Amino acid sequence: MQKFLKFLIVYSLYFVVTMGCATQLGAQTKSVTQRLVVTGSSTVAPLVNEIARRFELAHPGVRIDVQTGGSARGIIDVRHSIAAMGMVSRALKPDEADLRAFAIAQDGIGIIVHAGNPVAGLSRQQIADIYIGKTTRWNALGGTDTRITVVHKAEGRSTLELFLDYIQRKNSEIKPHVIIGDNAQGIKAVTGNPYTIGYVSIGAAEFEVRRGSSLRLLPLDGIAASVEAVRQGVFPLSRPLNLVTLGEPHGLARQFIEFARSPQVYDLVEAQYFVPVNAD
Amino acid sequence: MPIDQWLPGMLRAGALIALLVMSFILIFLIGESWPVLSKLSIAQLGTDSSWHPLEGAYNLMPMLTATVLASTGALLLAIPLGLASALFTVFYAPSCLAISYKRLIELLAGIPSVVFGFWGLTVLVPLLNQWQPPGASLLAGILVLTLMILPTVTVMAHAALAAVPVELVRSAAALGLSRFGTIQGVMLPAAKAGITAGIILAGARALGETMAVLMVAGNVVQYPETVFDPVRTLAANIALETAYAMGDHRAVLFVSGLLLMGLIMVLAAMAEALGKRQHV
Repeated sequence: MQKFLKFLIVYSLYFVVTMGCATQLGAQTKSVTQRLVVTGSSTVAPLVNEIARRFELAHPGVRIDVQTGGSARGIIDVRHSIAAMGMVSRALKPDEADLRAFAIAQDGIGIIVHAGNPVAGLSRQQIADIYIGKTTRWNALGGTDTRITVVHKAEGRSTLELFLDYIQRKNSEIKPHVIIGDNAQGIKAVTGNPYTIGYVSIGAAEFEVRRGSSLRLLPLDGIAASVEAVRQGVFPLSRPLNLVTLGEPHGLARQFIEFARSPQVYDLVEAQYFVPVNAD
Repeated sequence: MPIDQWLPGMLRAGALIALLVMSFILIFLIGESWPVLSKLSIAQLGTDSSWHPLEGAYNLMPMLTATVLASTGALLLAIPLGLASALFTVFYAPSCLAISYKRLIELLAGIPSVVFGFWGLTVLVPLLNQWQPPGASLLAGILVLTLMILPTVTVMAHAALAAVPVELVRSAAALGLSRFGTIQGVMLPAAKAGITAGIILAGARALGETMAVLMVAGNVVQYPETVFDPVRTLAANIALETAYAMGDHRAVLFVSGLLLMGLIMVLAAMAEALGKRQHV
C-alpha cells in the first residue's frame, strides 16, 4: 500500500517537473522569433487564425497572435500600436482616414425560404416588418394564406449583427419563433418547414441549393442573392472583412496582408462561408 | 502483493479523483461566474426585463421555468409509460416477447441524443407545425425528452421489480391475491426504492439534455403560454451562446451552468432523502 502510494507520488512529481521543463524550453525557443499581434472582430478572427497558421508554416520563426474583442478594439489597438493589425468587420468610417483597410474577404447574408414558397422577393422594409411581427402571414407578400415562421439567430453571432444593422432594429424588438445557432441548423429549420423564413451566410445557402436541398435564396430589393453579387459588392446585405493598419503596412505585416489576400488562402476563406476578394 | 493490500488504495485514489474533478468543476463554475455574482445583484437575474445580454438584460427566469417545465412534462409522460412497460415485461408478456421488448428498450437507451434531435427536427416538428405552427415548441421538447428518458425509467423499474425476492411473490400467491393485487400490494412497494432512483436519474438526464432539446424546442426566450410555444432551456442557452459570448454575457452563462448544477443537486438530495425514509 505504502509502496504503491510512494510510486504514485514519485511518478506524478516526475510528470509535473518534466511538463514544466518542456513548456519552459518551448517559451525559450519562441522568444527569439518574430511576433505579430492581430486583434479585433470575432467574425474575422477564426479566418485570420487559420490564415496565420498557414503563414507560420510557410515562415518558420514567425508567430502570429490573434486576439478577439470586437472591431472597435481592433481599431483602438492599432492606433495605440498595441497590435500590428486590427480586424474590422465593416468598411472604415470617414473619421478613420488615418488607417488603411485591406479586405481579406466579403461576408454576405442571404434570406432563405422553402423551395415551395411562391414569394418572388422581399424588400428591406418587408423583411423588417416580418421580423418585428407586423407581417405575420405569407399572403400579404404574395404567398399562400399561412402563418410565417420566423427563424432568427442566437445573440452574439456576427450574422445577427449584420442582419439587425440591415433592418435597422434592436434585437429586443424582434419577435422570432425559432432561434438557431449555426448556419446548418438554420438551413434544416427552413427545409423542414415550408412556411419558414430565415437568414444564413450566403456561401452556406448557395452550397445547399446546389446540393439540391429544398431551399431558395430570395432576391433582396430586386438584387439576386449570390456569392457573385457579394463579390461584386452590389448585394445589400454584405460587408467587407478588413485587416487595418496604421498608415502603410511594411515588413512582416505587409507580407501577411499580401498572403491573406492571395489565392493561396481562398480555400480557407470559403471554408468559413465567406467570399474571397480579388487582390488586384 | 495480495489483492486486499492494494485494492483499498486503488479504490481510494479513484474516489479521490472523482471527488477532485467534481470540486474543480464547481470551483471553476463559481470562479467564472464571479464577475457577475459580485457585480450584478442576484435579484437582477430574476427581475431584468428579458434575456438580451448584449443590451444588458440578464433575466434567467424564463429559461429556468422552461427547463423545469420540459423535464417535468417528460417525466409525467415517461413514468407511467416506463412503469407500464416494466410491469408488462415482468408479469404479463410471454418470455420471448419480454426479452425482445427489453432489448428494444435497451437499444433506445443507447441512441445518441443528436439522433433524437435530428428525428425531432425532421419528423416531429413539421408534423406539429401542420397542427399548431411553428411546431418547434415546448411540446416537441417534452416528446423528444420523453423518448430519451423512457429507457432509464423502464430499465431501472424492471431491475427493481426483478429483484423482489421470489418468496414475497409466492406468499402473495399463497394468500390468494390476484395478479394485480400482487403488483399493487407487494411488488410496487417492495421495488419502490429502485423505481424512484430510476425516476430521479431520468429527471437529471432531462434537465441536462442539450442537443436534442436545442434542435426541437425553438429556443425563444419566453414564458410559454401553451405547450405549443417555443422555449429555451438553460442547457440549450449555454450551447447556443457560449462560443460568441464575452465579458458579463459569458459570466452569466456560467451562472446558468451553476443554476443547472444546483437543480441536479436538489434532485440528488431528494433521492437521498427518499432512500433514507424507506430504510427506516
